[in-house]
This record gives sequence, structure tokens and C-alpha cells, in this order.
Amino acid sequence: MDITGRKLFVRALQEEGVDTIFGYPGGMVTDLMDELYKQEGIRLVLPRHEQALIHEAEGYARATGKIGVCLVTSGPGATNTVTGLADAHYDSIPLVCFTGQVPLNLIGNDAFQEVDIVGMARNITKYCVTVRERKELGKIIKMAFHIASTGRPGPVLIDLPKNIQTEMGDAQYPEKVVIRGYKPYESVHVGQLKKAYKILKSAEKPLILAGGGIHISGAQEALLYFVEKMKVPVVTTVMGKGALPAQHPYYIGNCGMHGRYAANMAVSRCDVLFSIGTRFNDRITGDLNEFAPNAKIVHIDIDTASISRNVVVDVPIVADAGLALEKLNEWAEPKKTKKWMEEIRAWEEENPLTMRRDKGMTPQMIMEGINQSFEEVTLVTDVGQHQMWASQYLEYGGKKQFITSGGLGTMGFGFPAAIGAKIGNPEKPVVCITGDGGFQMNMQEMATAVAEGTPVIICLLNNQYLGMVRQMQQLFYGKRYEATCLRKRNTCPADCKGPGEACPPYVPDFMAFAKAYNAHGIRVERQEEILPALREAKGYTDAPTIIEFIISSDELVLPMVKGGNPMSEMILK
Amino acid sequence: MKNRWIALYVENQVGVLAKVSGLFSAKSYNLQSLTVGTTEDESVSRMTICVTSDDITFEQIKKQLNRMVEVIKVIDLTNVPLHMKEILFAKVLNCTTAEKEEVFQIAQVFNVQVADIGTDSVLLECKLTERRNNELIALLRSKYKRIEIVRGGAVAIESISTSCR
Ligand SMILES: Cc1ncc(C[n+]2csc(CCOP(=O)(O)OP(=O)(O)O)c2C)c(N)n1
Ligand SMILES: [Mg+2]
Repeated sequence: MDITGRKLFVRALQEEGVDTIFGYPGGMVTDLMDELYKQEGIRLVLPRHEQALIHEAEGYARATGKIGVCLVTSGPGATNTVTGLADAHYDSIPLVCFTGQVPLNLIGNDAFQEVDIVGMARNITKYCVTVRERKELGKIIKMAFHIASTGRPGPVLIDLPKNIQTEMGDAQYPEKVVIRGYKPYESVHVGQLKKAYKILKSAEKPLILAGGGIHISGAQEALLYFVEKMKVPVVTTVMGKGALPAQHPYYIGNCGMHGRYAANMAVSRCDVLFSIGTRFNDRITGDLNEFAPNAKIVHIDIDTASISRNVVVDVPIVADAGLALEKLNEWAEPKKTKKWMEEIRAWEEENPLTMRRDKGMTPQMIMEGINQSFEEVTLVTDVGQHQMWASQYLEYGGKKQFITSGGLGTMGFGFPAAIGAKIGNPEKPVVCITGDGGFQMNMQEMATAVAEGTPVIICLLNNQYLGMVRQMQQLFYGKRYEATCLRKRNTCPADCKGPGEACPPYVPDFMAFAKAYNAHGIRVERQEEILPALREAKGYTDAPTIIEFIISSDELVLPMVKGGNPMSEMILK
Repeated sequence: MKNRWIALYVENQVGVLAKVSGLFSAKSYNLQSLTVGTTEDESVSRMTICVTSDDITFEQIKKQLNRMVEVIKVIDLTNVPLHMKEILFAKVLNCTTAEKEEVFQIAQVFNVQVADIGTDSVLLECKLTERRNNELIALLRSKYKRIEIVRGGAVAIESISTSCR
């Protein structure tokens, strides 16, 4: 018996085991929404903005390992997802995003709310397609779920014209699809891997660089075994944070632009860099000519196109991180790294990662408070200085997951992603570390969080500035704070080096904002209030809590390597 | 930096050409020419692509193409014996009778057809290698005031027995 496209749509979601979908209605998806109304088992979350909607799906996907599913209407609904698609594309997050579209016979007419979303999304999705025939619908949805979640995961967009949604056609949802142009790597070249292992084995100053691929492939334990067996130190990228538990003796820290001194020194001095699941992004490498200058480089990644792209690699290996590590673990034997470890430890002692403690409440104290307050937690950040402090001082690994926008650096990501993570994992506490700038980019989602009963704890680091940009102005632009003060009004002096006594009051009042949404607000201005505030927030289970930490505007993220400079040239003070 | 050729088998679907050509602009690859047409299998198109690049970039281009879902196969033709031809129409305008005579001679030497003729113009239809076409254009440009050029980009197929290009 034939069924409508809209019925097949819901059937497909059910067959794929979708339990949650982030959806926002509009003219071109009313049929699909109506069909969702008639079913049970799939929860429909209604965000307050499609940009936040897709970040919520990303947070959900990162926290659960499942595919995040989005449903938005044509035109503005679709264009509002563009930033999130790009974000998911960079950070390899599996999403399937359905966009409504005007009926096929109107496409090209500049019809009301018609946009060529497939044309716009082509470069920022793993795959995107318009359904042009009802009989293709089942196959295309099947393909989308398969492509999004296999190989290097990523977002897939399906543009679904209105007439396809109501047209009758085959009731079957295919169990399998064969895509002749898509064959993700499912094995590992043992010969190459052996070669890589030998190089590592013969190194005197070996170093493992672990990226986000470790998390995506769920290879944390395999990595732990490998590291402990081989006794090789590890540095991580921002996305790789938590690949090894924070306190592990062989874990040095993050490398890159705001990496730990010892970690960047180790990269600069190692003789073998054994990298797994990273793209060698410019934030990691700095000046390419000076990157790991003495090292032979092994590069294991699932994405062929990421290998030998930014850095020249001695042993390229296309493979899933977990698969490669399991194989390596069959061979792993202890190495003598004591002297090398001592060298690294000396760097750490020379320039430990720490802030001065004599100037009131520092970001480091807040991060330490969060570390102490949670055994098990999902830590989600926005983008800015607070993100870097969170990546430097928060402890990850084990039951502490880190979710952040790494590749695109999308302000406004944090709060909705935290809501999505909480929806996916309701039992696990979720803490969102955000800035006063980025939080305002999606703070309308407080309504979503309240409505969905997701009590995330928002640690808002209010420095009254777009701090990350201010830091550059402070260091490299003669303190000309153009367009970074969030307290500034048009009556303020143009050359303000503020803030000071005479500043106008900060808007919004985040405490009043929390109240307006029936959420909780706690303002923290002193160090000794940090732990009590977190404890109080943990007690609220009905709605989110904003803890607003008032911190100094002058606080810097250090160490820092100026963009394009060699990683060994760190600004330390 | 040198010219390299790729044969690309892709799904014969809406948007695939845009996706492939979009890659070259998005990543600042230097695309010289791109032709496309369906193959013996209606559901598959074959593109002949010429790019100018260094070795590393070329490797990257092939990988980027390969990972597109719509791309079925990438074949590097750079060092493969093949038959490669480009269609070119060259119109020579405002010529005297003597000049027309000369164009005929050129056509003979280059082994191309005179496809059409008027009182003061000649149309040449050329099916040569890209390089030979370039040479012909250069010659015509140097000799005549007004010429009109339409060219199609090279198409190529692997040789059966010969090693000609
Ligand atoms: C959507 C978007 N716009 C602009 C930027 C550039 N940017 C990066 S960090 C930053 C400042 C963030 O300010 P805030 O959220 O207050 O965090 P802070 O750095 O002060 O901790 C800006 C503007 C960005 N990353 N994303
Ligand atoms: Mg700020």
C-alpha cells in the first residue's frame, strides 16, 4: 500500500531510532509537523531560533554519540541553520537537517520563502540534496543517516519540497543503501601502521598529539592503554582535550595558540610526533615552517583529505583512531622516556600554567571551583577567553566531557549546545561556561531550557567586554578598544581605556533576565562565593541557573602565540 | 606548477557540476578547463578537468574530489597515454580575398576544416590538442585584426594501443 511522503518521513525517523528532533515550524513543514503530532516516541523540541536549534542538535549529538536531527522551514528557517551546518562540518558532528522547500513547480520562481539552500550549504555539509521525486525519498533519508554517521561524521542536509511531503508513494523505508561514490575506510593498512610503530619505537623524544578524532571514535581507553604501555607523553588539541584524563602523569596539556608552555615546547623539541585524529589546523601549528622542526611525523586520520595537507607527513595512515590504536596495542612495548619526561617537567616548572592570585577572583579560581564541584559532568563552552580558560584549567576525561566549537569558533554555540547535551543526557549535570558577549547571541534559548525542563548551570564570566578581541587590542593595537566594550553607550568618550567608576550600568541585568524567564540567578563577585554558588545551582532541578561571575576586564589568556608565529614564541606575561 | 589532467566519474545529477566547480573556487585551486558529458551509462557523467598546480596541491585536489559523495571515481590522467582533443571554432573577420586564401592555407597546414565562409570572413572548425589550438589562435591573432574564438575545453580518453596525446 502506498503512503504519503510525510508518513514515510516519520516512519524513517522511527526506523533510524530517532528519539528527539529539534524543530521549528513554518509554511513548508506544516505537513511534517502535523505527522509528528500524530506519533509517540519522538520528542519534538521547540527552540526559539533556528540558529540555536542546530547548535542544540550539535550538543545533543556530541553528548549522546547519536545523530542530531533538525527540522526547519524553507527560506529564513533554512538560512538560519547555515552557521550551525558550518560548525558541525568543521567539528565532524553527525547531523541530519531537513529543510522544507517550496513545491518543485515553484522552484526558480523566487516564490515566497524560496531559497536555494542546497546551493548555499554545498561547501559546509558532508552531503546535501533536494528530493526531486517522491520515489527517491526513502532512499535519500537512508543515505543521509548513513553518510552523517560513518567515516568522518558530518552534517547532511535534505531539502524537502512541499509537494513531495504530500505525494503518495512506496511505503517501504529501505534497510540498506549502496552509494557507489561513498566508501568510508573501515580497515587499517597494517604495513603502514607497523612502519609508524617502528618510528615511534626508535624515537628518543616521542610525543603523541591527540585530536578530536579520539573522542569521535571512542578511542579514549585504547589510547590510555597505549600511552601507559609505551610510556609516551601526550599533548592534545582543543578538540582532543580529555582524550587522556587530566591528572594522568603522561598528559602534558593542550598545545597550540593558547597551549601550555611545556606542551608547545615538547612539540617544538620532539623527534617523533605521533598524531591521531587531528587536522593540524593553524591554531595548532602556528608558523608551518617552524612546526615540530625536528620531528618525523606520523599522521593517523579517518579523512584522507586531512592528511599531508597542512604539514608534510612522514607516515600517513588513513584509519579510524580506535581501530589503529587497537592494532598498535597488540605490539606496544615500554620505551625509555624518563629523561625526556624530565625535560618536559622542567619546562612545566619553568612556566607552569597558573594565574596570579593576588587580584581578586580570577578565572582560574572559577574553573577550579567547577573542577571541585562535579564528579561527572558535561562541560560546554562558548567562544572567547572563557573558552580558552576552560580548556586550560578545567579537568576533562573519564566522566567529564568537553564540548566546544573548535573549528569554526562560533559565538552563541555554548548555551544552546548545553541545552542539547542536557536533553540528550538528562541525568548528567551540564555546565555551560560562557561569556557576556556570546551568551547574548542566543540567550533567547532560556525559554527553551525552561520549557523543556533542562536545568543547565550557566557560568557566565562577565568581563564587560568581548574579551578575546579586547586582549588583542590590549596587546597589539595600543589599547584602542574599538567595538569591544559591552557597557559602552553613545555618550561615552571614544578613547575610553575603561572600565571605571563613571561607566554606565551594564545591560542586560542578567539577574533580572533570569527572573524574567523563571530561571535562577546568582551573582558572584568574590572568590569565597564560588563554591557556595555552584552548590546552590546544583540544587535547582526545575530550571537553569545563571551564575554571573564578575571578573576583571584586564584578565588575559596566557600563554599566547600570535597568529602565524612559531609555537615556541610564546607570550608568557 | 604544471598542467595536470583528471578524469572524473560523477553521478549524473542536478548540482554535481556546481559542487565540483565550487570546490575549485572555494579552495582557490587553479582550474584551467572543465568539460562534462554523459557516458555510455546514462546515470554517470564523465568530466575532463585540467588544473595548474604543484604536486602537493594536486594530491589534495584528488582527495577532495574523491571524498565527495557524488564522485564515483577519480583518475589521474597526467602521465597516462591518451587521446585528447579540444573543439575550437575560429572566425576570421574583415578579410580581403588574399587574406582568405591565406586562412585556407593555414587550415591546410593545421589540418582543420573550413566550416563556413562569407564575402569577407572564414570559419575554421578545429579538433586539435589544446596546445595546437593555442598555437593556431596565436597565429590568427598575430595576422588578422578581428577574430572570434569559441573553444570547448579538452576531452580525453585513455589510449588503447598508441601513446599519442
Ligand atoms: C559569531 C562570531 N562572531 C564573532 C566572533 C569573533 N570573536 C571571537 S571571541 C569574541 C569575543 C567573545 O566575547 P565574550 O563572549 O564576552 O567572551 P570573552 O572573550 O569575554 O570571555 C569575538 C567577538 C566569533 N568567534 N563568532
Ligand atoms: Mg566577555
